[in-house]
Amino acid sequence: MKIAICDYGAGNVRSVELAFRRLRCEVVDDVSVADLAVLPGVGSARSAMAELRVRGNDEALRLRMEQGRAVLGICLGLQLALESTEEDGGVDGLALLPGRAVRLREGRVPRIGWADVDGDGDGDAYYFAHSFAAETPAATAFSEGVVAEARAGSFVGVQFHPEKSGAAGARYLGRLLAELEQLSSGNSYSLAYEGADVAGRAGAFLSRG
Amino acid sequence: MRFRGLRDVGDPVELAAEYSGRGADELVFLDVKATLEDRATLVDLVRRVAQRIAIPFTVGGGVRATADAEALLRAGADKVSVNSAALERPELLTELADRLGSQAVVVAIDAEGGRVRSRAGTAATSRGAADWAREAEERGAGEILLTSIDADGTRAGYDLELTAAVAAAVNLPVIASGGAGEAAHVAEALEVAQAALLASILHEDPARLESLRSELRGLGVPLRDAA
Repeated sequence: MKIAICDYGAGNVRSVELAFRRLRCEVVDDVSVADLAVLPGVGSARSAMAELRVRGNDEALRLRMEQGRAVLGICLGLQLALESTEEDGGVDGLALLPGRAVRLREGRVPRIGWADVDGDGDGDAYYFAHSFAAETPAATAFSEGVVAEARAGSFVGVQFHPEKSGAAGARYLGRLLAELEQLSSGNSYSLAYEGADVAGRAGAFLSRG
Repeated sequence: MRFRGLRDVGDPVELAAEYSGRGADELVFLDVKATLEDRATLVDLVRRVAQRIAIPFTVGGGVRATADAEALLRAGADKVSVNSAALERPELLTELADRLGSQAVVVAIDAEGGRVRSRAGTAATSRGAADWAREAEERGAGEILLTSIDADGTRAGYDLELTAAVAAAVNLPVIASGGAGEAAHVAEALEVAQAALLASILHEDPARLESLRSELRGLGVPLRDAA
């Protein structure tokens, strides 16, 4: 599979690259030719959105969504995919997902460390490091009450860092890639879950394999 | 729940891989450049470590400007730690947070008798640790790495009073550091801090990390299954 990682010009995108390479993916530069485009999870909202615009990646990602081609958002990447975020005084997002990102109101902020994700039958913990969280009807999994995964159309977003979640994270990405391969009989992917039992399906997804 | 292995001597890359394999939640590399020749080699070290592990790691030591931090993160580190440079110029914290996100910015505070010390603990300041932690939070730091110079190396336990005081002063996650000798110490530290850093007790025997994790589970500390 070809993976393209949108670079915001700040922060560690190398670990995302390494994680996909370990899964035998090819990392390419061009978002438009990739099987999966990744919005990485580093930096802060305002500067990251500015970089996406400067590089034309905002349009490239919207086009991918129209074409039903897969996009993965990690941490900040999930938040930028929403309509807006409260971060940096308020920043408009890509609107690939309904909803917005708001500042965490409980506990110590940033929320940093390993936490379980509800519905993960394997009981795997994943690594989180964030001050903002998604409020979205597209949520498919939660961690300690915070949206951990959200899906809509060909977009899937995770609040945790699969590239920093050791073996559990590698398994998560592996399952996602397997899902994409299964769906790739056409060229478009719906990664969203149909039907009411969203939490059950999220559990099934996260614990399969 | 986290605890970390700290290495400041030896082959950091091999040790990183070993600690990661034995279940460390995160790694912190501080002042490694003292064992290396120059800044370019620190970036190279980061690149090599990133190649071998898939858990978060923090790098600190001599980070004075955003460009330094950016180079380290691009090479594969997840967070940078700043100490003296932030004390001397607190605006640095805001610059780093604006560019990198506060979750990538760790402020390392070394304290003796409750007072902050800078320059690898060699220079006294009149600053109270809790007070500086509060300012660091306001300026944009995302985490506090608090080392008690009083407890460091004693293996008699973390400085719980200092740690509790700093943890009470901020709404940031606090990493306790200095004084760990046994699992019970780590368990105590995790009552007042959000993470505990271990150094010397792992330096001499990295395999100890696994037995420590079992002992901690036995003490009721929830730890992830690292398999």
